Amino acid sequence: MKQGAARSLRAFAAELAIYAVLVTGYFFLVLHVLGNWLYQLETQHRVLYAVVAILLIAGQAVVLDAVTTVLFRLLRRPWR
Amino acid sequence: MSHVFSNSHINPIYLVVVGFVIGILGGFFGVGGSFIAGPALRLMGVDWNYAVGTDLAHIVGKSIVAARKHRTLGNVDLKLGMIMALGTIAGAEGGAQLIQALKRAGNVNSVVSWVAIVVYLGISIFMLWESYATLRLHKGRSRRTVSDVKAVESKADHSAFGPVTKKIQRMKIWPMISLPTSGIQISLWTILVVAVVGGFFSGFLGGGAGYIRMPSMVYVLGVPTHLAVGTDLFEIVISASYGTFTHAIKGNVDILIALVMHTGAVIGAQIGVVATQYFAGPKIRLAFVPLPLIGAAIVIYTLVTGHKF
Repeated sequence: MKQGAARSLRAFAAELAIYAVLVTGYFFLVLHVLGNWLYQLETQHRVLYAVVAILLIAGQAVVLDAVTTVLFRLLRRPWR
Repeated sequence: MSHVFSNSHINPIYLVVVGFVIGILGGFFGVGGSFIAGPALRLMGVDWNYAVGTDLAHIVGKSIVAARKHRTLGNVDLKLGMIMALGTIAGAEGGAQLIQALKRAGNVNSVVSWVAIVVYLGISIFMLWESYATLRLHKGRSRRTVSDVKAVESKADHSAFGPVTKKIQRMKIWPMISLPTSGIQISLWTILVVAVVGGFFSGFLGGGAGYIRMPSMVYVLGVPTHLAVGTDLFEIVISASYGTFTHAIKGNVDILIALVMHTGAVIGAQIGVVATQYFAGPKIRLAFVPLPLIGAAIVIYTLVTGHKF
């Protein structure tokens, strides 16, 4: 039981570390690139900005959920 | 990190940590977490209108992740969630209209503050009594035997308020709706009343109002706690998307802040969802009690000190 919990914790810690690296890259690349475009959109086309905002947050949710699920599966395998 | 929309400078690590904490609460209790996110953004100098709108956008993303996880665990009643979303949107509009009327009358802050204190304290006291009474009622069975573990797995639920819930379910007001996933049959009007009341407080007090809707689904509709948490999250996706859209049109959403907060919330929400598997319904409800109390404490603090976070 304790061994199982230790394995889960190790997998989770590894998942967090890889996830942190991916997210840091995401901040610098995607958000930096999108920032100015979104600002222009917000000041000039509010309705379009509203639609894009919802699509972005929903899209990020689906993608990050998939990324964490895949990471967790990959990292669990070697410790089984 | 500079946010040009809301004219604020916020450390992204701070946003990720706030998102992570709210994600855990959301995944475990089915709440949006606006009572923490709003003040947390205000602390960093974000104006209230941006704090409310941005928080709603972040709630959409976090609830999608948590609702997807809950769905894989069989904790989402889609039919109930869709019906409730309609009532919530209508109620939210009513709450927002009342806010506008109070603004014109010039006493919006004091009225909203006192209503919030009464509602938050009322929910906490009631849930403390109910979950404690239910746990005492089943004390003999509280040791984790094989049958108890099976009960948790099957989402079987007990409540000291159960007899009242049964009476509400027996009210045969046409049309009656069958909800096989939740294992109940109830009048459409009862569902709509619960949704409209939840939506009203969402529009009136801000946020997703999960602290009202989740307990209402358990005590009024008789939905098992695990399903109430998952269905509430699914419903929040729809109602918070609507709220995000209307706030974004008014220029109240800094989507970059929401996206950064959400990266932390993704991990937090998954931890919260998995944690629900290890707790029976009454224990989840008992653990829920401090949440509205935190909200009440924040409102009392702002009333006493005049500080608006």
